[in-house]
Amino acid sequence: MAEKVFYAMYDDDDILKDGAKHLVSKGVKVSEVFSPFPIHGIDPIIGLKNTRLGIMAFIYGLTGLLLATIGMRYFMVTDWPMNIGGKPNETYIDNMLAFVPITFEFTVLCAAHGMAITYMLRNKTLPGMPAYNPDPRTTDDRFVIEIRTSENSKFSVEELNGILKETGIVELDQKEI
Amino acid sequence: MHKEAAIREPLILGHKSYHDITEDVCRPIEDKAPKMWYILFGIAAIIGLYGVGCILYLLGTGVGVWGLNKTIGWAWDITNFVWWVGIGHAGTLISAVLLLFRQKWRMAINRSAEAMTIFAVFMAGLFPLIHMGRLWLGYWVLPLPNQFGSLWVNFNSPLLWDVFAISTYLSVSLVFWYIGLIPDFATIRDRAKKPVAKKMYSILSFGWSGRAKQWNRFELISLVLAGLATPLVFSVHSIVSFDFATSVIPGWHTTIFPPYFVAGAVFSGFAMVQTLMLVMRKAMGLEAYIHTKHVEYMNIVIMVTGSIVGTAYITELFVSWYSGVEYEAYAFINRASGPYWWAYWSMMTCNVLSPQLMWIKKLRTSLIFTFIISIVVNIGMWFERYVIIVTSLHRDYLPSSWSMHFPTHIDIGVYVGTIGLFFVFFLLFARFFPVLPLNEVKTILKSSGESYKNAPDAHHGDDKH
Repeated sequence: MAEKVFYAMYDDDDILKDGAKHLVSKGVKVSEVFSPFPIHGIDPIIGLKNTRLGIMAFIYGLTGLLLATIGMRYFMVTDWPMNIGGKPNETYIDNMLAFVPITFEFTVLCAAHGMAITYMLRNKTLPGMPAYNPDPRTTDDRFVIEIRTSENSKFSVEELNGILKETGIVELDQKEI
Repeated sequence: MHKEAAIREPLILGHKSYHDITEDVCRPIEDKAPKMWYILFGIAAIIGLYGVGCILYLLGTGVGVWGLNKTIGWAWDITNFVWWVGIGHAGTLISAVLLLFRQKWRMAINRSAEAMTIFAVFMAGLFPLIHMGRLWLGYWVLPLPNQFGSLWVNFNSPLLWDVFAISTYLSVSLVFWYIGLIPDFATIRDRAKKPVAKKMYSILSFGWSGRAKQWNRFELISLVLAGLATPLVFSVHSIVSFDFATSVIPGWHTTIFPPYFVAGAVFSGFAMVQTLMLVMRKAMGLEAYIHTKHVEYMNIVIMVTGSIVGTAYITELFVSWYSGVEYEAYAFINRASGPYWWAYWSMMTCNVLSPQLMWIKKLRTSLIFTFIISIVVNIGMWFERYVIIVTSLHRDYLPSSWSMHFPTHIDIGVYVGTIGLFFVFFLLFARFFPVLPLNEVKTILKSSGESYKNAPDAHHGDDKH
């Protein structure tokens, strides 16, 4: 079965938000929203779950903390204990204060870069990736709602057309894939 | 959407639409560069190349070509290093700390301030590397397994902390900056008409499509990176100050150094942002986005941090007397009345007196006055580091080894050269990169744009239920 994709274009983020609310209240599944900037409050309307990147950042940070601690304990206590100004460093805890700055920096380093890499991979934004926005104007001042017939099998194409036209669209585009 | 009181001044002047913002930011990138850009770029490139020449001469000959001697082992090199790192503090402060405080005015300046930060930290990083003399052995600062027995770098040394702090700061700032740039590159990509530009910007934009989920992640990563970068900003200059504070040289061995250095860094960083921004807004026609209100906010930051710095100077003086340590007291009497009195008093005038003028509203909203003060502040902050470093070293415990520092033309060449290189980078940035976070600015248009704020019954999103 050929799938139809609707691209309903709006010229204002608030109209799109109201439109999305209207569509959802009618039982239409909105599969994607493309916008030039984040539309606050759109995620719960179209049923998007909040990202879990924050949890990942915490795990990466913890990894950094652990690596820094293990590393410095090995370098400065186990492998080659240095006697600096007669200050004791037989145990990690004796010397811990001097290790705080690097432990902190390394934690931040791992958390930030780990998170950024995960962000790129999850977003599928990497150098040379193709862009998928349906219209070049969606990165300027147009906002697009994408609706797929396969996800809205209880509506006919005409019905979807009709509901979309009630929401203050400026353009409506249909594609078959 | 967040509604803002009508009494609050608008952040975006005039009747702008979303499309106007795109146009205003992209036009300078898409149009031909003005003649002035080529002239400035040429000058900066010549100065930068001269600096590169001086660095190469130094590497070929040895660090002896600097005016250092046995008593003064650190002078212009470390002064310049700390100066550049300090300047490199404004960008991340603006984009991270002000993001956490939900200061919307940061959006007009954060992109270029962050670019400035990154270029300034590049310049800063050059100095310790050059100071090694054998630049190609720079990787020895990393804890790598090696053939010298199991000899590791010294994790107890503030100089090594610096290596970690600066490299973390540089790389995290770079990532933070680039993540913000991706959606804006996508805008330029979708507007580009020339095939080469389209290709370049589509590579740079990493295939950004602006999906709702992407924006959801974008918002979170901006927030978390800001949360990570905020303590990072404070830690970096604290660690730079440890280079001095953990040593036992009178004049360096001070516990107030970390907060004092951080305040000084913010102070000089904001001054550099002012210098660049005042020129850029005019040259690129961005007066509607960066206007007097933004300049005033930044001047208030300069005034506050300048006052902290002033308080720190006076505290230092007081403690040198109150501690009863005669060496400490001498270090400060010598600063103010010794052979380097002119450096000390230039520092005092530029850093303590000049920011106090910002209490006067007429002065802090005057663009010409701001421009002059911003340059005065950076001269003052250079002198601060020079005073701390050179005057503390030049008269040590042994009067027979007292000495003076005279910079050679290589000292001056390397310093001026880094200023040239900095401007080369900044001019390239202003030519090819979106200087405002144009898509983020669009999010504040309805709450802080002049035409929306003053419209009698403007439609404000969530008010409707």
